Amino acid sequence: MSATAPISSVNDFVVRFANVNGSGSASANEMFARSIIRHGVPVSPRNIFPSNIQGLPTWYEVRVTEDGHLGARGGVDMMVAMNPQTWDKDVASIEPGGYLFYDSTKPMPASKFREDITVIGVPLTAITNSTYTDPRQRQLFKNIIYLGALSALLDMDPKVIEQLIGEQYKTKEKLLSSNVHALHLGRDWALQNLKCPIGLRVQKADKVGDRIFVEGNNAAALGAVYGGATVCAWYPITPSSSLADAFTSHCKRLRHDPETKKAKYAIVQGEDEIASIGIVVGAGWNGARAFTATSGPGVSLMTEFIGLTYFAEIPAVIMNVQRAGPSTGMPTRTQQCDVISCAYASHGDTKHPLLFPEDPHEAFEMAAQCFDLAERLQSTVFLMLDLDIGMNHRLCRPFKWDESKQYDRGKVMTAAMLDEGRDFGRYLDVDGDGIPFRTYPGTHPTKGSYFTRGTSRDRYARYSEEGAVYQDNMQRLLRKFETAKDLVPRPLQANAQKPTKYGVIYYGSTSPAMDEAVGMLEARGHQLDRLRIRAFPFHSSVASFIADHDFVYVVEQNRDAQLRQLIVNENGIDPVRLVPILHYDGTPITARFIAKAIGDHQDQLKVTPLRKVVS
Amino acid sequence: MTYIAKPKFHHRDLPKNELGYTHRDYEGKISTLCAGCGHDSITAAIIEACFDLSIEPHRVAKISGIGCSSKTPDYFLGNSHGFNTVHGRMPSVLTGANLANRELIYLGVSGDGDSASIGFGQFAHSIRRGVNMTYIVENNGVYGLTKGQFSATADRGSKSKRGVTNSDNAIDMVAIALQLGATYVARSFSGDKHQLVPIIEGAIRHQGAAFIDVISPCIAFNNHTGSTKSFDYVREHNEAVNRLDVITGRAPISIDQAPGTVQVVEQHDGTKLALRKIDADYDVHDRLAAMAFLQKHAAKGQVVTGLLYVDPEADDLHANLNTVEKALNTLEAKDLCPGSSALEKINASLR
Repeated sequence: MSATAPISSVNDFVVRFANVNGSGSASANEMFARSIIRHGVPVSPRNIFPSNIQGLPTWYEVRVTEDGHLGARGGVDMMVAMNPQTWDKDVASIEPGGYLFYDSTKPMPASKFREDITVIGVPLTAITNSTYTDPRQRQLFKNIIYLGALSALLDMDPKVIEQLIGEQYKTKEKLLSSNVHALHLGRDWALQNLKCPIGLRVQKADKVGDRIFVEGNNAAALGAVYGGATVCAWYPITPSSSLADAFTSHCKRLRHDPETKKAKYAIVQGEDEIASIGIVVGAGWNGARAFTATSGPGVSLMTEFIGLTYFAEIPAVIMNVQRAGPSTGMPTRTQQCDVISCAYASHGDTKHPLLFPEDPHEAFEMAAQCFDLAERLQSTVFLMLDLDIGMNHRLCRPFKWDESKQYDRGKVMTAAMLDEGRDFGRYLDVDGDGIPFRTYPGTHPTKGSYFTRGTSRDRYARYSEEGAVYQDNMQRLLRKFETAKDLVPRPLQANAQKPTKYGVIYYGSTSPAMDEAVGMLEARGHQLDRLRIRAFPFHSSVASFIADHDFVYVVEQNRDAQLRQLIVNENGIDPVRLVPILHYDGTPITARFIAKAIGDHQDQLKVTPLRKVVS
Repeated sequence: MTYIAKPKFHHRDLPKNELGYTHRDYEGKISTLCAGCGHDSITAAIIEACFDLSIEPHRVAKISGIGCSSKTPDYFLGNSHGFNTVHGRMPSVLTGANLANRELIYLGVSGDGDSASIGFGQFAHSIRRGVNMTYIVENNGVYGLTKGQFSATADRGSKSKRGVTNSDNAIDMVAIALQLGATYVARSFSGDKHQLVPIIEGAIRHQGAAFIDVISPCIAFNNHTGSTKSFDYVREHNEAVNRLDVITGRAPISIDQAPGTVQVVEQHDGTKLALRKIDADYDVHDRLAAMAFLQKHAAKGQVVTGLLYVDPEADDLHANLNTVEKALNTLEAKDLCPGSSALEKINASLR
């Protein structure tokens, strides 16, 4: 008998699956999440996995959220504990009044146990062993059997799950029927032997709308297709590999000439990250839209080339799916920890535009936009994803594309322009925006060719180590970066319900948790104006926002407050006015964390200071 | 002034090629390399090869890494786009450029430091991918720009200018290129223009990964007694397997018709390579034999030169990737963007 009342909640709870990596549970767990969406109820799932292939613990968390909160919440209402290795930790993580679902084929350990949770045992191993003889089938179908049992416990409609199974195995009749059979094995056992449903329930609703359910890496890859990328060079690295895989798969479906069946793209798996960016640089120099996908260690290796793209002014796009660093860090954990290293990548004075998508929808849009920006600015442009967006499914607005949109190929002087007698100086600032014209190799027999180099040169691309010539060029590069401020996506501001002296700045994958945290803070009586930064260089409205508030919290998922550093550095702002709120344990930031950190700080502001002791 | 302008004057009766261009149209800036540098001879050979083949200079992209050799693209084909990239990374940049526009001719120029040490990996992978290029290593066995350190192609036992003996084994880039699947492999000597020019011509016409190792003595740091990359050493130990003439589809450039000693190899573009064989048993189509031949003569301290291997049926990276014939950099939004109707279908599949 539980000492605490069991949690009772409809369409608002967190289920966490504890499994062993390589056990084949991922597809069953994802099907659980998808089936709830098909009930019309939003979910926010997160995959928490180790950096190995088999044997270590892995978790899959599904936040069922009728209110549509897409950030991680923190806490577990129901633990599906399938991994003995993490049993104690898993049991301890359940909220008071929560539920523990486990395989009861063997009795529970006789150790001291929690009395404030409801324990639900299903003899999964016994059921699978009595049904299947093949060891692999036993392992795989056990996952579908617990899915069936959960469907009964949570009052889910089995037809919805059957339909999903049907879609997944529509061309594989044998797999379809065997999965449906396993589903009902678990469901029927639960209905016959357990009290169903429990306090947590899924009730059909209409809260999903036309939203899509997709991973950020997949969305960014699709954005690259729509943005006109024709060359992709990459080297496998977690958590960005699935981006290159998705680009390959999208291209195979969407980018073949219907008559010749030939590819309107080229994808090369480089021998390393250096070669990958080198291929991108060569393609960009030669007028193709090219990108690479990587993570922090890859960016480290690419930095020399990134410096070359800055100085030689070559378009390149890097989609950086950030993970916890430094060094190898935690390869399968999320962070926003490459902000500084990307913004200032390479030796010497360098700066590069960064775009921070908040979800897969923006990952798609911004990925496409990166190619316009790279060609307009003749520079490397980073799409700053992270593992939380990149490798997790998110509900988001459907992708949209404006049919009238033309690619911005930037300032490219053609043979006709050269024949008109236009003065071509590769590094001439003809328009005062710091952006020079370039020509593609092969443009004209006698005009417009130039020699590209990483060493200093004059406005006509002639090698020169004269100090004044070098400074002239570096100043123009700064003017170009100023121009970029109005080309990159602007920050989005949302004001509190009541006038306030306090603001909060955040970016990227922090967005959904922040949206929820604001509500929690308002409930505590704290009003905050919000500014979501979407790009570096910072638009002038960032400095204005800071100036308009007594102080501003800067919420980030790294240790050193990297965006805050960048804001201070680029805008000359007194650091005291920017209060860092930092989350960097590798898990996605939660609304609870933000609300507590900011709320506690705000509460302190209300304390009347003690009078100074007068001696 | 840190660059040197070339005088505009030239003789009005300079010979012209089929395009009406003279040698001057294939030249670049004045070399800033040391007087007598072997690299300048290679520059001259490239100019002559491009003139002979009547190549439009602007249709060549010349790409290099870092080092003395990598400066040379500035000294030829002044109307071409050149790219002096970063140390050892020319092959990847060239690969990307080639992917972007398959219609240009790609000339990769590198050195032994650039390609056999820091860039060894990129050299290897560009070759194994079959990038359609002419990859020339100007090989002097020494780091010239940093004043005389051994490079990875310096022979074991050879001596530096300071008298230090090299204790490391040498990398034979020709042997490596053969092993990696280069489909046109040659070695030559910067001092042997008659052999080198046709080798470069054949490589440019070859539709695949062409690799040429050119022994090019460093006049400042590696042209002394004890060096195995000096002019004297290479002249004394040169073992040429063939002399090469390139015959275009229209007219022969030159050919030495010694009956029974000429082997004609036809390339993809119809160009024919006429090989005047010196070694009667040497078969330029046999990769394994080429590797063995190379090793056998290397053991005797001989520098084997000539066209060592060619595959007339070579494929290149574009063929392997099945890319469209049109240059990728010319594709527009209408070619590339699947449009909003395709996007709607994708949205539907994600619900």
